[in-house]
Amino acid sequence: MPTATDTVAAGDLGPLTTGDGTPLKTALARATRRARLKALFLVAPLLLFVIVTFAVPIGQMLYLSIYNPVFSDNMPRLSSWLRAHDVTEVPGEDAFKALVLDLTEARANRTHAQVGTRINYERSGATSLFKSTARKIKKIKGPPYKDQLLALNEEWGELHLWTVMSRAAAPHTAAFYAQALDLSYDAEGDIVRAPENRRIYGHLFLRTLLLSALVAGLCLILGYPAAHLLASLPLKYSNLLMVLVLLPFWTSLLVRTTSWITLLQSQGVLNDMLVSVGILSDDGRLELMYNQWGTVIAMTHIMLPFMILPLYSVMKTVPKDFVRAARSLGAGPVTAFLRVYLPQTVPGIGAGVLLVFIISVGYYITPALVGGSSGQLISNQIAFHMLQSLNWGLAAALGALLLGGVILLYWLYDRLVGVDNMKLG
Amino acid sequence: MTAMKPIAAVAIAAGLVLAGTSAKAGEITVVSWGGAYTKSQVEAYHKPWMAQTGHKIKSVDAPNPAAPIKAQVKAGNVSIDVADVEYSDAVRYCDEGLLEIIDPSVLPPAPDGTPATEDFIEGALTDCAVANIVWSTVFAYDAAKFKGAEPKTIADLFDVKKFPGKRGLRKGAKPNLEMALMADGVPAGEVYKMLTTDEGVTRAFKKLDTIKKHVVWWEAGAQPPQLLADGEVSMTTAYNGRIFNAAIGEDKPFKIVWDGQVLDFDLFVIPKGAPNKDLAMEFIKFATDTQRLADQAKYIAYGPARKSSGKLVGLYQDGKTQMAPHMPTAAANMGNALVNNFEFWADRDSELNERFNAWIASN
Repeated sequence: MPTATDTVAAGDLGPLTTGDGTPLKTALARATRRARLKALFLVAPLLLFVIVTFAVPIGQMLYLSIYNPVFSDNMPRLSSWLRAHDVTEVPGEDAFKALVLDLTEARANRTHAQVGTRINYERSGATSLFKSTARKIKKIKGPPYKDQLLALNEEWGELHLWTVMSRAAAPHTAAFYAQALDLSYDAEGDIVRAPENRRIYGHLFLRTLLLSALVAGLCLILGYPAAHLLASLPLKYSNLLMVLVLLPFWTSLLVRTTSWITLLQSQGVLNDMLVSVGILSDDGRLELMYNQWGTVIAMTHIMLPFMILPLYSVMKTVPKDFVRAARSLGAGPVTAFLRVYLPQTVPGIGAGVLLVFIISVGYYITPALVGGSSGQLISNQIAFHMLQSLNWGLAAALGALLLGGVILLYWLYDRLVGVDNMKLG
Repeated sequence: MTAMKPIAAVAIAAGLVLAGTSAKAGEITVVSWGGAYTKSQVEAYHKPWMAQTGHKIKSVDAPNPAAPIKAQVKAGNVSIDVADVEYSDAVRYCDEGLLEIIDPSVLPPAPDGTPATEDFIEGALTDCAVANIVWSTVFAYDAAKFKGAEPKTIADLFDVKKFPGKRGLRKGAKPNLEMALMADGVPAGEVYKMLTTDEGVTRAFKKLDTIKKHVVWWEAGAQPPQLLADGEVSMTTAYNGRIFNAAIGEDKPFKIVWDGQVLDFDLFVIPKGAPNKDLAMEFIKFATDTQRLADQAKYIAYGPARKSSGKLVGLYQDGKTQMAPHMPTAAANMGNALVNNFEFWADRDSELNERFNAWIASN
C-alpha cells in the first residue's frame, strides 16, 4: 500500500524538494560533491606520493627513450646546419666550418667525448674519432676547414657518419626504439633490419613472454590443489599450512635463489642424491641450473604465493554444498568439478595468473643468477644498458616496449575475461 | 730496533695529535669489488688511514663499483666518495663528465723523490683516475680434476676434447674475445688490430662457439673460485688474485695458467659531486703512496701501480709465501700477455657487447 500512496503523492506535488525548498536532485549532487572532495582530500597525500615517487620518475625515464639533446646542445652550429639541410652526400665547407667551431668549443667545455658517445651508439668508433680530433682541433685556425679536418682523420668524409649526425641533430629521436626493435639505419638513412648477428631484443621479448606464461601456468597447476586444500581444511590445520606458504614469501629473494643453486647445480644436492641412488650416472648429471630450466624452476617457486593467495581467498567463499548438490543430482566427480567448482574459482585464477605473469615479465635478479645464457630475460638487457653500457635511451625504449606489451595484454585480458571478474583477495 | 722506537713513538704521537686536532671526524664511502680484494684494501689502506686521521670509512661492495655512479650523478644524489673501477670505465665515465678531475701533481712522490707522474707505471694516471693495482684475467683449473696432462696454454681452455669439463667465463665481450683469438693462435700483439675488423670478431666468436655449450657464465669476481670449488667447472677464467687467495690462502688445489693473460688496471675515481670530495682526495693520496701500494700485495696477488712499490713487495700474510712470482707482472708470467686496450673498448664496447649479447641469447 505505501508504494501506491507514494507515487500518487509524488505525482501531485511535482519535483521532490528538501525542507528549505531546493530540489532534491541539486541537494543530493551538492552533498555527494562534498563527500567526494572530502574523499579526495583524504587520499591526496597518497596520490601526491604516487605521482612524485612513481609517475613522474617513470615518465621522465620513458621520455629519455625519445629525447637525447647531447648532440644538439653541445654542437649548436652544426646541429642547426644539419636541421636545415638534407644530408644525401658528404656536405661541403659550411658544415665543416660549423663542425670545427663546435668541436673547438666542446673541447674547451670538455663535452666532446659525450658527443662522441652519443654518436657511438649508432656508429662504432665515433668516441675515439671525436676525442682524437678534438685533441688536435686547435691546429685548425682558419679555412679550408674541410680539407684540414679530412687530413686529421679521413673518417670525417664518410656519409654514414654524417647521416648519423644529422639524425642526432634533432633532440627528439626514434633511434632508440629502432634499436630496441632490432632495426638499424643504413648509410642512406633508411631503416633496415639489423644484421643477423646483432638481432637480440625481439628474440628476448618473445622468450620473456613465453617463459612468463610457462611460469604462470606451472604456478596454476601447482597452486590450485594447494589452495583448495587450504580452503577446505579446518581452520587449525589450514592456518599452519598457510604459514608454510607464507614463510618462503617472507624469506629474502636472494636467499631463496641461492638455495636453488645449491640444490639444483650439477654437483648439487639433487644430482648427488640421484647419482648415489643409481638413477643417474656420474657423467649423466641433470643440467638444471644456469639455463632456462633454472629460471623456470626458481621463478615458479618464488611466484607460487602470488598464485595461492588469490585462489585461496576465492575458494574460501565457494559454498561446499554446491559440489555436493551436483554430485547428488548425478554428476560425476569430473563434471561436478568442471561445471560447478571451477567456474566459481575463475576470478581467483584470473587474478593469480595475471599477477604472476606481470611480475614475471619484469623479473630480473633470479634470471641473472640462475639463468645462464638461455634463461636471460629482457629485463636483464634493460639492466645491462642501465648499469653497464650506460645507454639509458635504449634502456628506456626497451622498458617502454615492455610496459606497452603488458598493458596490451592486460587490455586483451579485460576484453576476453573481464577485469571486474578478478579478485585479488 | 732501539733507534726505531723513538721514531715510532713520534709517529704515534703525531697521529694522536692529528686525530685530536681534527675536531670533526669525517666519514667517506668507498665502493669496491668485495671478497678478498676489498679485504686487502681494508687491511692495507682503510685501517691505517682511519688510525692515522681518525676519519671513518664505510666500505661497500658491488659487482662493478662503476655501475651506480652514473645513476647517482645524474640524479644529483651522490653517496659514493671513492670508487675502485676498471680502466675502460674510468675513461668512459671521465669522458661523460661523471667524474672529478684529479690533478696527478698532488700525489705524493716516491721515497727517493721521484715525482708521482714518473713513479706510476705508464698509463696508470688518467684525467680522472689514479691506479692502485695491476691485475689480470687468467684462467685457472682444479688440479685434482686433471691427473695426467695439465692445461698449459690458453688454447687448452678452448679444448674440451683434451681437457673435458665445464668452463667458466665472464659474461661479457671483454676479455673473452681477446682470449679466444689468442687461443686461435693470434699473437698478443695483433689481437686488437684483428678485432677492429669484422673477420677478426667473427673469428673470435667462432672460437667461442666451440665451447659455448660447456660454459657457465659468471659475473662477480667471487664466483669463479666458488664454481671451481663446487666442481661446477673444471676450468674458469678469473681475476688472478682471487685464485691466489683460494689456492694459497685456503689451500685449494687450484693452479693458474699465465699464458694468454689479459692485464688491466684498477683505479680510484671520485664521482662528480661526491659529498666529501676533499676527504676522498686525501684518502686517495694516502692509499696510493709507495708503502700502501706495496702493503696491499701482502694480502692479494695484484701488482702495485707504482714502480717504487715493487721493491717493497715482500711476503704474503702467511709469512712464508714470496709474493713476487705471483704478480701478473712477474717476468715469468709475461711470456704471452696482453695489455687491455681501453681506447679500443671505449670505441667498440657497445657494438661488441651487443653482438656478444645476441650471440649468448641465440642457442
